[in-house]
Amino acid sequence: MSADKAALPPPDRRPLGPYPPTPEMLAEPVPEALQRAQADRLRAAWRTPKGWRYWTAVNNTEVGKWYCLTALAFMLCAGVMALIIRLQLAVPDNDLVSSDRFSQLFTLHGSAMMFLFAVPMFEAISILLLPGMLGARDMPFPRLSAFGYWCFLIGGTFVLVSILFDIAPRAGWFMYPPLATQDEGPGSDIWLLGLSFIEIASIAAAVELIVGALKCRPPGMRVNMMPLYAWYVLVVGGMILFAFPPLIAGDFLFELERSLDWPFFDPTRGGDPMLWQHLFWIFGHPEVYIVFLPSIAIAAMVIPTVARRPIVGYSWIVLSAVGVGFLSFGLWVHHMFTTGLPSISLGFFSAASQAVVIPTGIQLFAFLATLLVGRVTMNLPMLWIAGALAVFTLGGLTGVMLAIAPFDFQVHDTYFIVAHLHYTLFGGMIFPVIAGVYYFFPFISKKMLSERLGRWSFWLIFTGFNICFLPMHLTGLLGMPRRIYTYPTGLGWDWLNLISTVGAFIIAAGFLVFVWDLLRPKGKQPQPPRNPWQAGTLEWSHDIPEEAWGVRSIPHVTTRYPLWEQPGILERMDAGRYYLPDAEEGRRETLITSVIDARPLQVQRVTGPSWITHVAAAFTGGCFIFPTFGYYWPAVVCGVFAGMAILYWLWTATARPPEAERKDVGLGLSLPTYVSGPDSVGWWAMWITMLGDATAFASIIFGFFFYWTAQDDFPPDGALHAGAGETALAALALAAAWGLVLLARRWNRHGAVTAARLALAGAALTAATGGGALALAVWPLDPTSHVYPAVICAIALWICVHAALAVVMHLYCLAGSFAGKLTPHHDADLCNVALFSHFFVLSSLVACAVIGLAPRLI
Amino acid sequence: MPRSKARAAARPKALSAALTLPLLAGCEGAQSALAPAGEDAAVLATLFWVMLSGAVVLFLAMNGLFFYLTRIRVQAQSETVARWLIVGGGIVLPFVVISALLVWGLSILPDHRQAGDGLRIRVTGEQWWWRVEYWPEGATEPVISANEIRLPAGQRTELILDSAHVIHSFWIPALGGKMDMFPGRETFLSLRPTQPGTYRGQCAEFCGASHAWMAFEAHVMAPEAFDDWLAAQAGPAQTALSDAARRGAGIFTREGCGACHTIRGTEHIGVVGPDLTRVGSRTTLGAGRLGVSLDAYRAWITHTGDLKPEVEMPAYDHLSEAEATDLAQYLRGLE
Repeated sequence: MSADKAALPPPDRRPLGPYPPTPEMLAEPVPEALQRAQADRLRAAWRTPKGWRYWTAVNNTEVGKWYCLTALAFMLCAGVMALIIRLQLAVPDNDLVSSDRFSQLFTLHGSAMMFLFAVPMFEAISILLLPGMLGARDMPFPRLSAFGYWCFLIGGTFVLVSILFDIAPRAGWFMYPPLATQDEGPGSDIWLLGLSFIEIASIAAAVELIVGALKCRPPGMRVNMMPLYAWYVLVVGGMILFAFPPLIAGDFLFELERSLDWPFFDPTRGGDPMLWQHLFWIFGHPEVYIVFLPSIAIAAMVIPTVARRPIVGYSWIVLSAVGVGFLSFGLWVHHMFTTGLPSISLGFFSAASQAVVIPTGIQLFAFLATLLVGRVTMNLPMLWIAGALAVFTLGGLTGVMLAIAPFDFQVHDTYFIVAHLHYTLFGGMIFPVIAGVYYFFPFISKKMLSERLGRWSFWLIFTGFNICFLPMHLTGLLGMPRRIYTYPTGLGWDWLNLISTVGAFIIAAGFLVFVWDLLRPKGKQPQPPRNPWQAGTLEWSHDIPEEAWGVRSIPHVTTRYPLWEQPGILERMDAGRYYLPDAEEGRRETLITSVIDARPLQVQRVTGPSWITHVAAAFTGGCFIFPTFGYYWPAVVCGVFAGMAILYWLWTATARPPEAERKDVGLGLSLPTYVSGPDSVGWWAMWITMLGDATAFASIIFGFFFYWTAQDDFPPDGALHAGAGETALAALALAAAWGLVLLARRWNRHGAVTAARLALAGAALTAATGGGALALAVWPLDPTSHVYPAVICAIALWICVHAALAVVMHLYCLAGSFAGKLTPHHDADLCNVALFSHFFVLSSLVACAVIGLAPRLI
Repeated sequence: MPRSKARAAARPKALSAALTLPLLAGCEGAQSALAPAGEDAAVLATLFWVMLSGAVVLFLAMNGLFFYLTRIRVQAQSETVARWLIVGGGIVLPFVVISALLVWGLSILPDHRQAGDGLRIRVTGEQWWWRVEYWPEGATEPVISANEIRLPAGQRTELILDSAHVIHSFWIPALGGKMDMFPGRETFLSLRPTQPGTYRGQCAEFCGASHAWMAFEAHVMAPEAFDDWLAAQAGPAQTALSDAARRGAGIFTREGCGACHTIRGTEHIGVVGPDLTRVGSRTTLGAGRLGVSLDAYRAWITHTGDLKPEVEMPAYDHLSEAEATDLAQYLRGLE
């Protein structure tokens, strides 16, 4: 046992120095020369790369811009698909496109709007805006945002381009089996793998946004002072974390059925197509609110500015947003009202669906109340908000109708639904997002958009939208089902469809005007005022002309609208009077604060420009894209390279012991440069990621019990069970691996480095043994024969993949220990791996119980 | 195109009277949920009109208030009023509205398994047509048909639904709500039509390339007429054939049509496709795809895939025009 390092006392990682700053400290001027020198060093550290290296940028402003523009481009593609759909339906018995092509068009239109536009657009805008609103320099994991963006670009392009080769998915955006499982050609696989790839990137972005809102707030900004937008980011990020994993679990089962013929959804072998519907809509309904809440968040930023006063009912709004988030997970069955579920379920989910009206109503009326107490000065963003309100209330009211189950029996799967969902999505997403674009454009690009073009595009989109979608309510009531590629004349649908088509093209004209306004060269335009709308939140302290550092210095915030309520804050920020005004070491740094009351905790070194994110994204893409066409070995090779790229990236850029244990951050405050465990952002990211991972695992376990409750003979009589001895061995070994990791962390911290290394090696060995034993336990089963062995094998596969991950993590820590990256006082990696192990041992034991015990007991 | 007979539609009561005539005319249609011809659909149409009226009022109130606050009375007002607005508009109003709506809406939640008056019909969704079996009370074997539904007026009929391959949804808007059809699981629906007439039904759940052409006609008949029709449907196909039909029967045999289709009383006992024993008595061809003229029959036989993309039945376009006509004559005569 080497006790050399243990001889050193652990470094003091408490913040030292006065906090909070006194008015006298803040009033003290910063010498001009010092200001200039600090600004120069800061500028150098945050400089955006030039030339072709520009694309290695990872700064939130650059990545956010690319993300927004890419999501917009995908949206326009999906919009063109909608126009072709409308042309085909303009007249009865039309043969402009074939039935097959039409199915591809509507499937991809819906999928792209949801997965390539609505959710990524929220994340893109948030990546772009959130650090500004929080006075942070960047997101906590800039390379993760960049990696997520490149994954999104690759995956989105792959999915969209499939339609040009006539192989796009064609079973509708909710991919109901058995239609989608039986579909010939790679369409369903493109949907499953391409979108899973993007979903994983979405979860990564959600993790980063949650950590950003929790840990990167400026000192003093307690949770009850966060801009409402940040609250919505938290709620929506949390929803993504719990909503996407059930879909990913469903995708996992679905792809196993497609590739390996494991019959999860095949009723002839005990499978059940209803399981997919449950998993899909447990994702799908929260998804609606995942799309809608961020737009409310934009309104929550615009409305106080327009009313010239703080929002009324801040806590009401926050509680309502959280309430909507919770309720949205209890409504999914209202998409399944016509599947023959018992009346008691229908009644329950009808009532739950109606209940969501109340928190939504509170949010809308709080906005009206703010307008009531303020002195309203209308501006262009507010015009779009007004349009949003008109369109959304109509969509909401038809939603109330649809939540009454008996009425849904009539209009479910008709054009009434098509009208309803477009009213909610245009009103709850498109209009507010465009309002946000007009409102935040000066912040994003330091230019203004045209008032005149903005009004033109508003009125074109608003009238076009209503001409297109209002008649569809009637079309649906007259019996037109959705997703039909053509229809006979004589049913009263002809005129209504023609009108809708005309409306669709008016919407398209409006979008053309908007996109032109957005993209037209604005070089000659004079610089706009710094705070053109006279808003009160921190993002409007941005620099004109643009600076890449985010904020010149990170302020101490004591109010909800600091620019209105903290006189002099802007001048002090600019002068570098606040925290982190300098970059002495030439490193990119941001401030990490505590979760609830935002006490400063740490100076976080954030990552800078790199090509490694592109390499990792490209190989990850290969790993998902090759299996689509049945090339499994290239996929495995890509997976290995992706793993290596990610390991290289983590090794070289994260949790490196710093050159000095603490540094002065200004105003006399000294903070540590390295922390581990719950104070660190990495630990929070692991915790949040594992919540999502556990949710996906729980969804697969849910599948097991779903089959058990839904079927009389599950497991079937005389079925072969997984080996009891091997399963027990697996449980023991995986539990031992967990124990060894905890021992390794403890021994390492106490300086017993050799013992810690031995424990880590042992953990890797036992985790591998556990995974292997579980694989042996299920080896004799034939998962293609029946759903019972299939679901057992799927659970085992999930655990084995995680065991392999665990082995990699243990070896990574071991290597870190030898390389001096992981030391007794620098153990962030090991703390994070220990956290992973907590989750993994829980899921392992549950899995072993379900595999080994449950079938023998039930 | 199948043409629906004109019929007297049951008018939704009370509130609809206030609406204008053109709007009501716009609600007509053989597949309209707003022109109900059955007990279940009538209840739902009334529900819709009431909810629509409420929705219009709430929509105008909400947006009117917004307009008032942003354009007319823009100066600041008291914070107390604002708090009451949140409580009143965000909590009290929606609570009252949705409670009332739930009490009413769920009280009329139809019980899909509620007992019928005796007749049961089993409908199986196929790719893309409907297999239909009538089970009158006490029957030991069904009367088999396809691609149309006949129902006795004034009686509640139980429908037992399932599917052969993928999920479909059974829906006759004028008679009631829809119910999905699953492979490997049975679902139930019961309907009580009130107005004799012909209505159109259509598959509502996307089921593949020819989802758009998976329709049927529902004939609601007076109970006595229905009983006579059902009695006539049972039993073998008619054997008195014209010369052309006799030649057509030969072509039917020669082309192997019997591998997929049954014509009771002949050697043809295929079960892959629709039973054709009385195909000539139906009012549409190809599950609502075409009418029943001789031309329609010929077109269906020779251009099946053009009329119904990816349909399993091959197009018999190698038949000469005369042969196709004879075959059409034979089938059309199977009344």
